[in-house]
This record gives sequence, C-alpha cells and structure tokens, in this order.
Amino acid sequence: MNMKDEFGKWKEKTCRKPTRDEDFTTVSGQPVDILYLPASQDAYAERLGFPGEYPYTRGIHPNMYRGRLWTMRLFSGFGSAEDTNKRYHFLLERGQTGLSVAFDFPTLYGRDSDDPLSEGEVGVCGVTIDTLHDMETLFDGIPLDKISTSMTINGPAAILLALYIAVGEKQGVSSDQLTGTIQNDILKEYIAQKSWIFPPGPSMRIITDTLAFCKDHVPKWNTISISGYHIREAGSTAAQELAFTLADGFAYVEAGIEAGLDVDDFAPRLSFFFNAHIDLFEEAAKYRAARRIWARRMKEKYKAKKPESLVLRFHTQTAGCSLTAQQPENNIIRTTIEALAGVLGGTQSLHTNSMDEALALPTAKAAKIALRTQQIIGHESGVTNSIDPLGGSYYVEALTDELEKQAEEYFRRIDELGGMIEAIEEGFPQKEIADAAYKYQKTLEEKRKIVVGVNQFSDPDEKIEIPVLKIDPKIERHQRQKLEKNRKTRDSGRASACLEGVRKAAQGKENLLPRILDAVKAYCTEGEIVNAMREVFGEYREKPII
Amino acid sequence: MKKIRILIAKPGLDGHDRGAKVVARALRDAGMEVIYTGLHQTPEMIVEAAIQEDVDAVGLSILSGAHMTLFPKVLHLLKGRGAENILLIGGGIIPEEDAAKLKAMGIGRLFGPGTNTSEIVKYIESYFKKGRKL
Repeated sequence: MNMKDEFGKWKEKTCRKPTRDEDFTTVSGQPVDILYLPASQDAYAERLGFPGEYPYTRGIHPNMYRGRLWTMRLFSGFGSAEDTNKRYHFLLERGQTGLSVAFDFPTLYGRDSDDPLSEGEVGVCGVTIDTLHDMETLFDGIPLDKISTSMTINGPAAILLALYIAVGEKQGVSSDQLTGTIQNDILKEYIAQKSWIFPPGPSMRIITDTLAFCKDHVPKWNTISISGYHIREAGSTAAQELAFTLADGFAYVEAGIEAGLDVDDFAPRLSFFFNAHIDLFEEAAKYRAARRIWARRMKEKYKAKKPESLVLRFHTQTAGCSLTAQQPENNIIRTTIEALAGVLGGTQSLHTNSMDEALALPTAKAAKIALRTQQIIGHESGVTNSIDPLGGSYYVEALTDELEKQAEEYFRRIDELGGMIEAIEEGFPQKEIADAAYKYQKTLEEKRKIVVGVNQFSDPDEKIEIPVLKIDPKIERHQRQKLEKNRKTRDSGRASACLEGVRKAAQGKENLLPRILDAVKAYCTEGEIVNAMREVFGEYREKPII
Repeated sequence: MKKIRILIAKPGLDGHDRGAKVVARALRDAGMEVIYTGLHQTPEMIVEAAIQEDVDAVGLSILSGAHMTLFPKVLHLLKGRGAENILLIGGGIIPEEDAAKLKAMGIGRLFGPGTNTSEIVKYIESYFKKGRKL
C-alpha cells in the first residue's frame, strides 16, 4: 500500500465535508493540515536522537524533569527596592525557586531617577535602582549563594552585574559562586524591546568584555540570554521569533570568536529566552527546532567541541500579548496552556504571567496564582513523567521541520544582507515583524481568529472586578532624595577617579568590567557610569519604521 | 475634503511600539496623513513636531504607566503654544480611573488593549465631521 496515495484519497473524500472555518492556521498564520503522517522513521537518529544527545531535539538532559523540575521564576519588580524585596520574600516563601528582576524604564536606559527623561517613570513599570544602596536593599535577606537571579537588563547590563557582584561580596559570597543571568542581548533591543543606549559597535564590545570577564571571575553566570520573547511580543510569528533569535545568537558567537575567545570558553554560558504563545503545538515545536538548529550550527559551523556549547538552554515566559484586559480572569487559562507549551517543549525555567497584566503590574494575589499554575503543572498533571511527550506526534514533528525550514530561509536572507547587525541596521527584522503584527491585527478585526472576550463572547456591561496594583507617586521624590544624600555622603574624590577610570577604559581596549565594578563600589550612580561611557561611545538613534 | 493629518507619538522612555505602529498604519490605510515620531520623545519635542507639521490631531501611545505625567504635560504645552485646537488622544495601558481624570482635563478618547482600529478611525473622523467636539 502506498501511504501517500491512500492519504490523498482519504483527504479528498474527507475534505468535501463542511468545516467550521475556511482555513485552519496556527496563531502565526501557518497553514495546518487536517492530518499528519510520519515523514520517515529512517532519520530518527539524525533529526531527533535521545534526550541529552546530539542534536538535542528531544531535550538537553537525559532524564529531564525526572531529575529536577524547571526553575519557577516569576519576573517581578515595582516601586522601590524595599517594595520589591518584600515581594521576593513573599514568592520565595511560597515555593518559587529563583528570582527574576524587572527594572523600571530609567534603570533600563541607564538614567538616574533625577534625570529629566525619568519624570513620571520612576518605579512605575519595574523596580528603580540608582546605586549600590538600592541593590543592597533589593537583595536584603536573600542569600546569593543559594538563589539564582535573572536580571532583564541590556544596555547597562555590565553595571547591574557589577552591582550584583558587589552585593555578593558584602554578603561574603565570592563572584565565582554566583549563579544567574543578565539578559545582555542588545541586538533584540534594536529589533524589538527598544531599550538601547549605545550604537551596535560599542555595545558588542561591552558584551565581549563581559564574556571574557565572566569566564575568569563569574564562571557560573549566564552572560547573555538571547531573547525571542520581545520579538514575539512586538508581533512576530513563531518562525520569525525562532529565526531572528538564533541569528542574534550566531552574531554573538561570531563576535566572541572575533574578539579572540575560544568558542568552547564562552558558548556554554549562553542561554536563550523564548515566548510561549497560545498555540500549544506550534510553540512546543519551536523549542524543539531551536535546539536542533543551534546544536548543528555550533558543531558544524563554529566547530564547538564541548557538549555544553551545543545545547540550547532556555527560559520561557508566557505571552503577555495574548492576555486581554477584557474578562481578565480568562488569562489564567491562557497562561496555563502557554506554560504547558513551555514544559512540553523542555524549558529550563519558566515565568507565568499574572491575570491582571493587561491592566497593570501584578498584585501579590495574582502573582501567587501564576506561581501555583506552574506548581500544578509540575506536581499534579503528570506531564513531567516522560520526556518530550509530543515527540513522534506526526503533527508536532512536521511543525518542527517546517519551522526549521522557515528559519533557515531567514538565515539565508540575513546572510545576503551581510549578517544580522547589517540586517538590523537596514531595519529588515523590524519591518518583517511590523508587517506580521499588522497582518495579525487585521485577522482579529476580520474575525478570522477569535480572542475570547475581545472580538467574540464579549460582555458589553463588563466591570473589572479584580484589584489592580497602584504605584505610589511619592517613590520618585523619595528616590531623588536618596540620590542627593548618596552624592553628599560618598567619598567624592574616589567616585570621580572611578568614573575617569571607566572613561579611559572605554577609550582604549582595556576590559571595562573591572572599572565598572570599582565605580559601583564607590557608589557612583548607574547614570553617572553610563554617561562616562556615553561620552566616548555616543548614543543609538533609530530610524522609525511603520 | 482636506485629509486629516495626525501625529502618532511615543513619549518618554517606553519602548513598546507595536500598538503605535499598527494604529499609524491603520489610520494611513483609512486615508489620513500620518506622521510617526519614533521612540523616546519628550513632550516638548512632540508639541514642536505637531506645530511644525500642522497636524489636526496628536495620538500618544503610553504603556509605561507614565500617562498621568505625560498627557497633562503635552496638553499644557499645546495650550501654551496656542494650539489647543489640536485634538489630543491616546492609547495604551491606562486604568479607567486615570482615563476619567484625563478626560476631565480635556483629553479626547483613550483606547485600551483589544480596541479595533476601525473604532479609532471612526472616532477621529466623526470628531472632525461634527465640528471638533469631544
């Protein structure tokens, strides 16, 4: 029997029957066939392999969640360092296993709380950090040798890492014991999240300085968290998220090699961060494809030899952009499906969004439910019992192959443009993403895709019945007072000398990190250190693309 | 009829520009002349651009929570330049309570998450058709 012919006949017969919709596609617009069959059993070893073995499609550990569950890590930060420290203790006491810091916009852009551009934004969408005093308060009572911390920080990542090292020293924890992650992924800032400071050239130099510094002094630290999350939130499809994220990763590997580092000395500390959107199977397939592409590229093109250089470790966050302000309780269910996609796809750590995040930053109650969602999946559902439970599903394998193919096509186009940095400077990924976002918006407005409570099943008389977190506007004034006090009480001679040291290092070729570390310990502010570098490096300006 | 000219602006440090870009495109597809400022604009820069470009309306997109600082500031500067006839509207993550306060100050409609772009088009068109009444 020829399967292909039989399938054709069956399909022709079946497809004459009426369907609910004219076309069936994933949330990314990818056409979905009515049924999937095995492509071929021959290629198993080459395309899938065993978990913990090349090409790692089925997972990076041989025993995956039977060994230990993923790290449950809720991204959180708001108001002052005191406020956020309280929330961290609240979450840790309830079984969270790692921390993840959300900074406010001034901190993300390397601006102090008393900078004119910071007006109205201090502590509003994350915690505000100006000096080592704030950082000490943020981690008060949290042992840095036991808890790993992820920090979503990019332009000023080296400064926040230095602050973390300095807090560790005060706790008696040496830098080689610290575990955690700085996002430090500037390329996706230009593409999607848009919190940049310096132009690409100097930014890449700060990153390679960080890779070299961490290799010697903070060996357990994840130096770059190469992120697709924000690319997806900006409106990309799953294939675009996959392709642009991995292309950014290739650019960092190439920069490290060009800076004279051995690929096996820094690649094991690169990690990834993906979105988990609502289309469960497409997302699980995306993670599987990502692992396979990365392993192959690292081995074949960059000649990495250590297995740790080949494995793609990743954090997952459920999709903020899938949450609705309407009927917000429904977001708990959306987040559950998305978290499941991350777990079925073999994530190493996971953030689950809270139901109220289309309205404001989460309340403690909403954050607790989000944490409980992970605990229920991990401890009750049984999906962790077997590794890569979707492996071998005709549909998921076909989706994995298709996403890989589409990513490869993007790599080819990026190569034609001269590489990822050149592609970004031309606005190529930005334009692709903006097009996808607009197309998706149209499908919603034409009701070709349904979002419950928004374009169908809406409650016209709905009143929001959940509490919403409010940030005290007094925090901004209070933070400015703290800054003023810091400038008066510190050794100002030492502070100026340290800033001069940063400036000199920026002008020359010396690694910036030791100079930045000296400066934070002398209580120089984040804004002062950034300004010292900005004088040398200049500032990035984007050409707006609609 | 003269085309409606509108400036879509991203004030402050907020980098979330998906909504601003989608709205800008939708307004352009609906036949309006759209100018997009790009990111990280101060209220002064936005008002200057609005006057230079001689626009009929300004749309601010704010998802950073700084709306209670930035909307009043832009409104105040517009008035200071004698440009109070320019319609000021916006969108983003703006709690209802705050939206009501901003409306009382004389700011037009604020569109939250999940809004159809056709609703924004309709609002702007009817505002200018019925002689500039909020």
